[in-house]
Formats: sequence, structure tokens, C-alpha cells
Amino acid sequence: MSEKHDVGGVPTTGHVWDDDLGDFTNQPPKWWMLGLTASAIWVCVYWLYYPSVPVSTGSTFFKGIGGWTAINEMEADKGVVDEVRGKYEAKLKDMTPAAILADGELTEYVTRSGKVLFGDNCAACHGTNGVGTTDKQGLFAPILNDDDWLYGGTVDNIHESISSGRQGMMMAHKDMLSAAEIDTLANAVAAGTPTATPLFAEKGCTACHGEDGKGMAAMGSANLTDKVYRFDGSVEGIKYTIEHGVNAGTPDTRVAVMPSFKAAGKLSDAEMKKLAVYVYKFGGGQADAPVAMEAAPVEAASAVEAAAPAAAQ
Amino acid sequence: MSKPEEKKEVGAVTSIYQEFETWSVNTGDKTIHAKRMPGFFRTFKDYAQLALWLPFFLLPYLRWNGKQAILFDIEHRQFHLFNLTVLPQDIWMLSLVLLVAAMTLFAVTSVASRVWCGYFCFQTAWTDWFTWIEDKIEGNPVARRKLDDAPWDAGKIKKKVSKHLAWMAIALLTGISFSIWFVDAFEYWNSLIHFQLPMIGWVVLAMFFVGTYILAGLLREQTCFWLCPYARIQGTMTDAQTILPTYDYTRGEPRGKLRRGGEVVAQQGDCIDCFQCVQVCPTGVDIRDGQQLGCITCGLCIDACDSIMDKIGKPQGLIRYASLDELEGKPAKKIYQHPRTLVYLSIIVISLAGIVYGLTHMGSMTLSVISERQPLFVSLSDGSIQNKYQFKVLNKTDKDLHVTVSATGGVEGQQLIGAEKPLLTHHGRGTSFTIFVKAPGDKVMKEVTPIEFQVQAVEDTQVAAQYSSKFNGPKR
Repeated sequence: MSEKHDVGGVPTTGHVWDDDLGDFTNQPPKWWMLGLTASAIWVCVYWLYYPSVPVSTGSTFFKGIGGWTAINEMEADKGVVDEVRGKYEAKLKDMTPAAILADGELTEYVTRSGKVLFGDNCAACHGTNGVGTTDKQGLFAPILNDDDWLYGGTVDNIHESISSGRQGMMMAHKDMLSAAEIDTLANAVAAGTPTATPLFAEKGCTACHGEDGKGMAAMGSANLTDKVYRFDGSVEGIKYTIEHGVNAGTPDTRVAVMPSFKAAGKLSDAEMKKLAVYVYKFGGGQADAPVAMEAAPVEAASAVEAAAPAAAQ
Repeated sequence: MSKPEEKKEVGAVTSIYQEFETWSVNTGDKTIHAKRMPGFFRTFKDYAQLALWLPFFLLPYLRWNGKQAILFDIEHRQFHLFNLTVLPQDIWMLSLVLLVAAMTLFAVTSVASRVWCGYFCFQTAWTDWFTWIEDKIEGNPVARRKLDDAPWDAGKIKKKVSKHLAWMAIALLTGISFSIWFVDAFEYWNSLIHFQLPMIGWVVLAMFFVGTYILAGLLREQTCFWLCPYARIQGTMTDAQTILPTYDYTRGEPRGKLRRGGEVVAQQGDCIDCFQCVQVCPTGVDIRDGQQLGCITCGLCIDACDSIMDKIGKPQGLIRYASLDELEGKPAKKIYQHPRTLVYLSIIVISLAGIVYGLTHMGSMTLSVISERQPLFVSLSDGSIQNKYQFKVLNKTDKDLHVTVSATGGVEGQQLIGAEKPLLTHHGRGTSFTIFVKAPGDKVMKEVTPIEFQVQAVEDTQVAAQYSSKFNGPKR
């Protein structure tokens, strides 16, 4: 070991590597020691402040002197969200669905915040964004973003459907009509012209589906003249519906049940109103009296030329 | 190394450590007290620093049309530059600006070495101002060293306290000046003197206050030595063609103390070993050791050496801006024979072209249309097909505008629903609304039909934007 390793008179540990490498017994730097001490103190404080030690007897643990819990922190964070939503929710509470729809800002709020509600409560049957779901019998739950509504498409109708529920009803006709008659009727319905066959009136279909075959929103009977079918729109599917009816009490019957969310107690009044507006805004909602604005209210409403359909090709 | 007994003692590998013994590394254990001497580079440095950094302090107070002329409004995600407002959508230009800045640094460094470090860098500038204050309060370097060694008495305390207070005042002003580039300057001062800054404001101010004080007051040249990555990067960008402050060793060596007449003098070079170049160096290096990391190329040693050369009646330029090639007597190459510089320059030109294109093509409105994907389309009761589109209109003017919506292409007989009346778009932020397009089912020939949407402001028909989208239909 050469003398130049005795810098500052600091002794080495005495061990020598590779001919001349030694290790000084210097103190670590002061800032480093202070950092180490501070870290050690910090660990103790942290350990005492937060829940730390599970206690083996019973399912308990040392709760920490700070009283921190994850759920409290989550609630506090939720408070921030609730504060933002609060002013809208307070307004919504005492408004009718139609009034909400007339308010551009509230509609915007509902269409943005309603997604979770719809996903949790409606999408299981109606599909995300109301695209409908199918089973082997055809359409299982109605499409909500088209303009065909069994029970009416105003926002109040939709609200009624959500709060009170709906129950389809149609008798099974397989014992009342001959196979030929069912075949004739099914073909007429599939073509969209049920009134073309006299059987439609003779056999009493008009009682529910109306003289013109366009259905009655009050009882939820289907419009048989349009291009949207509640169940299977093929001739075979329509025959099946006529034969077995809807909710007719037989095992083979078609099922169409919308539960009452009011009776189920699952949704609050405000939530049902929000859902009504949300579903309305899928694109198929039908305005009742004065037209509700689609987007933000407009003051200068002079130029309307842009709304004209653009000529294609 | 000169001692023979050491040479025989060490092995071949460990001999590299011997280099350390003669290479004096400035590790900050001694404070550098640089002498301030007048001269060309001193003056140039003074003006260069002020030219770049005085606007830093003053520009935020400039008003333009009743608003702050230059405001990087992070909170509202807008950059205001006089009449120009840059929104986040146009921020790609920032990357080009940064590229230009980086390439300018590279190009300048490859031509004339660390010009940035020597004359413009905030570390250099602030350190220079801080040591100027130190010089004014505590006296010249000799007095300062004496003061540092002196026992603490009332005089020393007074000097030290006033120096640190002056430093803190500059540090505070630096923090404030930085902050007001991002919030309204006058509102900021108002909140500051009422102690009503938001938390983030206090944190930024504190960080800049402490940072400036420590970096410029205490760390000084140590920052350039051990903290700054650019010092290292730029070191690799110079080559034999780069001009930089260089000691002309062919002329200067062998150096020796100034003596009158005699044989020894005849053999001596021009360097009289007066150490003035080291005394004035703000980073405390000896330029006569050649190019080195610690040299920020500020040229102050050139000033010092020239003044000595004048005094002893020798020509100036013993230390001067020169390239290695020049010093070694190789023919000097022209700048166009320096491919690296040319590459940097072409990148700068391309980036600038991009920025010019961006600024001239920004438009005052942008439109983006997202077509609904679940479901792609809806069949309606009359057999027509309906698509849903989410419009996002960004109105970059300073007024709220109403826009009309129209479409070209798409399906024959299509109808736009939701834009029967002009729609309001808020200025300076995005506005979104939903538009439905309904087309007769028998006219929808393809699964996907191109459609282009246009929005146009009612108030100013020049303000318009378009977006190409798709109209989806059932499989045919």
C-alpha cells in the first residue's frame, strides 16, 4: 500500500484488492446521514399514522393514529364529483322529463352522465346504446334508437315505460285460425300491408292493431305496416307470433316483459327521468307539442338553408 | 508522474489513475472569485445577456388589444401571441419550434462552439449578475477572499446579509417573472401582494426562488460542470473546424515570467504566465490546458490576455477564437465543407417551413366528426337508415359564432337532423353537438358511403371547416 492512499490521515479497513485498492473508513457525508435518519423517523411516523399491523386474534388490526381508511378517502374524492354534478341534480329533481329535454344544458348533462345508469340497468336487455338484443326467437328486447315505439315515443311515454313497466299481450291464435288463414295473415304482415287481406278485419286483428293496422300506443300493440318488427320479421317468425301470441300463458308463447323500475325500487325518481331523456336522445324520440331543441338554444335563427338535404352525387 | 519511484510502483492498469494527480478538477471546494475586466467580450456578454433576458422580465407586461400580448395560458389551454391564439390542436408546431431551437444550438455549436453557454445561458447570465452584486458589495476578488477568511464581525455580517438579500430579491423577481408568462401579469401581482395565489402559484414561485438562489448564488459554475447535460452534449459537437477561445501554444510556449533582456527571454514564448486568464475565468479553468469541459467559451480570458499583451507590447490574440486546424497550421475549410453544419441547417429550414405552413394554415375553425359505432346505423320504421354523428367544432376566433351544418356526398335524398337552425359554438373552446343523417333505405347502395360535412359561420362565412366521414348502411 503506497503512502498516497493515506489521504488526510484516514486509515483503511486493512483489506487490499488488486494490488493497491483499499477501502477508507470514512464517515458517509453528513447530508447522507441526515437523510438516512430522517427516513428512519419518517418510517416510524408513517407506520404509526396509517393502519399497519394485523392483529392475530380476531379479524382486527392496528388502525393507526391518523384514522385513515380507504373508504373515507374514496368518499371524500366522490364529494368532488358530487359537487360538480350537484347543481344539475338539484335542478333535475323537481323537473318533468319534458322540461329537462327543453333545457339544452341539462340534456347535455343527462346524455353524458346517463351512460352509466343505462349500462347498469338497461343494457342487459336493450344492449349498449339501445341497440337491442336477440335470442333464438328473434329480437329479445326492442331497439331503443329507432323511431318505432310500441307505447309511444314521447319523453313522457318513455318515462312511463321505465317507471311502470310494460307487459306485451297477444292471444295465441293457433286454435282459433286455420293454418291457411295464419299463412295469409303472416304474408300480409310481412309485406307491410295487413289490411290487404279481409281476414285482418274479419278475425278481429283490428281490435288491437287498429283498423289501419298501425297499432295503438295506448295498449302497446305493434304497428304492422312499418318496417320494424318487435320479434322475428320473417314470414315464419310472424306465423309463430300469431300462433303462440305474446305472454299468452303457454310455454311456447313469445315473452315481452319490461319490469317496473318504480316497483323494483331500484331507481330513484330523478334517475328514471334521466334515463327517459337519455333514451329519448338515442335518436328516435318523438316530440310531442312544441319542438324541443336538439342542441344549444339559438338566438339568431335566420339562416336555415343549411338544414336542407344536400344533393347526393 | 514526474517522480521516478512512483512509476515503477504502479501496474499497467492502475497507471490511468495517475492522470488524476495532475488534472485539477474543480469540485467546488473553493469558491471561484473571478476578476471582472473590461474588454470586447465583457461588453458583448453584458449586452447579449440583457438582450435575451430583459424581455423575460418585461415582456409579460406588454398589453395587446386589452389583453396580455404573450400569455401561455395553461389553465385554459391557449397560447396567446399578440393576435394569434394557438390551441392544443395546433401544438404540433411547438415540437417544430423546439426542433429549431435544438438544431440552432447544434449548428451554432458546431461552428463557434458553446456560444449559448458563454453569452446567453440563464445559468451564465444569472451567475454573472449575482457575482456583479457580490463584487459591488464585498469588493474585488482579493477583498472577497480576505472577507471569507476573516472572523465574523459586524462589518462582515452586514456585507454578507446585504449580498444574500440582494440575491434573494433577484431570485424572487425571477420566480415572479417566470410565473407571469403563464397567468395575467397584473392579476398575478395583485394576488401576490394580497397573499392570495393558488397553491400551484406558491409552489412554482418557491421552486424558482430557491432554484435561482442556489444555482446562481451557491452552485454557480458547478452547475455547468456537474449538472448541465448540454455542457456534455455540446462538448461532443465541436471538432477541429470549430472556432473557440484557444490558447495559441505555438506562440505562447515555453511560458515564463516576464524578465528584462537576456538569453532566457529570447527562448521564452509570449505567455508571461501572469494567470490573468485564469483569474477572470468564471468557471476557474486554465484555458492554456486546451479545450476542456469547464470552458463555457465566454471569451473573458481573451479580454484579459489582450490587455496584458497590450501592456507588454506584444500583438493581441495569444488567446483568441481559433479552430484546432488553424492552430496546427492546417488549411481552414469553408463552412460549406462542414457537412454536419449543413445537416443542422437543413433541418432548421425544414422545421421553419413547417411552422410557417402551420401558422398560415391554422384556420379559425376546425371540425371533427365522430360517427357512432354502436350501432353503426339504425333502421327506421319507414325503412330509412339513420346514422348518428358527434360533431366537435373548435371555434378559434374571439367571438361566439353560429354555424350551419351541411353535407356533400353521402346518399341521395339524405336529411340532416339536428341542425335545422344555426348552432352556437363558443369561442376558444370546443363545442359538441349531435347530428343525425337519415337516408331512404332503397337509396343506400353501399355498406359504406363517403360523406363530407361542412360547418360555416353565419356571422362570417369565411370561417368554415369540413370533415370527411362515412355513412354506414346494412350489408347489400
